[in-house]
Amino acid sequence: MEFALITFLNGLGYGFLLFLLSSGLTLIYSMMGVPNFAHASFYMLGAYVAYAIAGVLGFWPALLIAPLVVGVAGALVEHYGLRIVHRYGHVPELLFTFGLSYLVVELVQLVWGRAPVPYRIPPALDGTLFTLYTTAFPVYRGFMLLVAALMLLALWLLLRHTRIGLVIQAALTHPQMVEALGHNVPRVFMLVFGGGCALAALAGVIGGNAFVTEPGMAAAVGSIIFVVVVVGGLGSLAGAFITSLLIGMMQTFAVALDVSLASLGLSVAPDSALAPLLRLTLAQVAPVLPYLLLVVMLIVRPKGLMGQREG
Amino acid sequence: MKRLLLPWLGFALVLLAAPLVFPQSAALSLLSQMGTMVLLCLSYNMLLGEGGMLSFGHAVYSGLGAFGAIHLMNRMAEGALAFPMTLVPLAGGLTGALCGVLLGYLTTRRAGTTFAMITLGLVELVSACVLMFPEVFGGEGGISGNRVIGEPVLGISYGPQIQVYYLIAGWLLVCAIAIWALRATPLGRILNAVRDNPERAAFIGYDPQRVRYLALILSAFFAGVSGGLSAINFEIVSAEYVGALRSGAILLFTFIGGSAYFYGPIVGGVVGVLFSSWLSAYTQAWQFYLGAFFILIVMTAPGGLASLIDQGWRILRSGAFDTRMAVRAIAWLAAALPVLAGLVLATEMAYQASLGSLAEAPLRWWGWTVDVHAPLPWMTALLLMSGGVAALWCWRGQGGRS
Repeated sequence: MEFALITFLNGLGYGFLLFLLSSGLTLIYSMMGVPNFAHASFYMLGAYVAYAIAGVLGFWPALLIAPLVVGVAGALVEHYGLRIVHRYGHVPELLFTFGLSYLVVELVQLVWGRAPVPYRIPPALDGTLFTLYTTAFPVYRGFMLLVAALMLLALWLLLRHTRIGLVIQAALTHPQMVEALGHNVPRVFMLVFGGGCALAALAGVIGGNAFVTEPGMAAAVGSIIFVVVVVGGLGSLAGAFITSLLIGMMQTFAVALDVSLASLGLSVAPDSALAPLLRLTLAQVAPVLPYLLLVVMLIVRPKGLMGQREG
Repeated sequence: MKRLLLPWLGFALVLLAAPLVFPQSAALSLLSQMGTMVLLCLSYNMLLGEGGMLSFGHAVYSGLGAFGAIHLMNRMAEGALAFPMTLVPLAGGLTGALCGVLLGYLTTRRAGTTFAMITLGLVELVSACVLMFPEVFGGEGGISGNRVIGEPVLGISYGPQIQVYYLIAGWLLVCAIAIWALRATPLGRILNAVRDNPERAAFIGYDPQRVRYLALILSAFFAGVSGGLSAINFEIVSAEYVGALRSGAILLFTFIGGSAYFYGPIVGGVVGVLFSSWLSAYTQAWQFYLGAFFILIVMTAPGGLASLIDQGWRILRSGAFDTRMAVRAIAWLAAALPVLAGLVLATEMAYQASLGSLAEAPLRWWGWTVDVHAPLPWMTALLLMSGGVAALWCWRGQGGRS
């Protein structure tokens, strides 16, 4: 019970973080029609920029400023890069973001070096929030949950209950009609791109010190958020939410469980070809699970959990 | 017939003469790498250029092919199996094709962006699985083998690098001709149709999914051959052979070369190996240059280097190339070179500064030691760049008026 509750809370935190990332990716995907390969790079930039700001001004200003800085950077990339490539078609657009993700890793290594940087949890959030039976639940985990949940609520309110949210939603599905009604659709797109990048950066700010801030962090999370977007259904925010939580739970539980087929009582001759397969523990398999989910989903239901269309 | 035969004769001649022009051992190993990379890019372009399938996981097929080949080599070394070394790449190809049969069935169910995303997931899946079974794939260290097995046949033992180069060159020539010939078959034509308009291809009675599947299997075969060749070349196969990084590199190189032209991947493979193996010996920043070069190509010449070659060739042939144009081209070069020089200087200094005390030696160019903390070199770089950009601006203005 204790194990299940703590793991559940950890999984929830990871899932919310994934959704902060994949919500921006899904919005940008619906807008451009191509996935943004550099999305995880903005997550990494968020962590590094927050680290730089936190060293000067402290953590709290960084929490606000870093996503804004990265959001502006994202908007500039859209304006001066993607918009130009857009006229060549989808593949160059996708490849542009792909090349960008290469460059960002190199730039980050250039500025901050190849080793992990000491981006730490602020002292005010260091400590134990509560103790469940015997396991302590850190304050920072609770803080991450809170920030992510508040941000998601704000996003939902913005998209559903404001005028600009209405225009964004319309521009995603019917850009020409929205343009005919007198809205500046390219500017809306720039805004969405910048906003998505800012969300990713926020995930980086609060995730960077909970995990590790290093040049490999973009690659580590990059392909998982694509799995989230595809499994959830292309362009569906609700689907992305469910899948984020699902993958968050799945990963955390799998890492925490140390069972293998052999420990469950299955046995074969130790030198047979199947023996290594049986000796694998669930924790070892954990990194593969999201991709396995992806493959299974594509066989069973190609348009994803909540997808409206097939890609 | 002459038009058809001449380029291939030229290609064969270049392959034959390359080690005579560059006989040094470093150049020879570079040429061998180029051969395998060119073949890999050619096989990748069967998907990207011919079939419009943007795959992020092409290294899976070549990597698993390489594993197949190295296992075969080890069985041969144990004496369990008699098999000519010359044909080992074929085993790699068959392994690759088999993987294409299995994995391609999943990936080719979709097209377009979804296909791209599935391949992305699949490459992660496969590379994680490869690390999970160290009994088969050797874990982090990989599996090593030996290419010199048994008595030399016709004096060929594949010990010296030059013999390996000619093995690679021979396989490259044969496979390139096969890939080129496949384009003209009904399958190749229908593949183009499926790329351009899958709905219409379906209406004339071809299942687009099946066409993509067949193309992928064939492409995986040639990728596997390339993997087998690199297994022979390096005598070691490790997990990164199937990884996402290598897949990304294949995509980058092919696109830089130009996916719309048959010779684009050849150009791309050569340029790519120059970046990753030759430039990396001189500078830490080679990945930065490669990424920047790639973005430059995507933004200014989405057809790749091959399209630039094609345009240049057309202008030359049409006779429009006169002295005025030559002067303009030279003026452009004169303006662009300072920009490049300034950019390279600034990048190198930045890398040197970021490495700090980790750097092995101070930055040295032609006997000139650069102090990365002094303002003078940075000013020089800035001046070169801004001067060049201003000159390029003038160049554009001049062109607009006349």
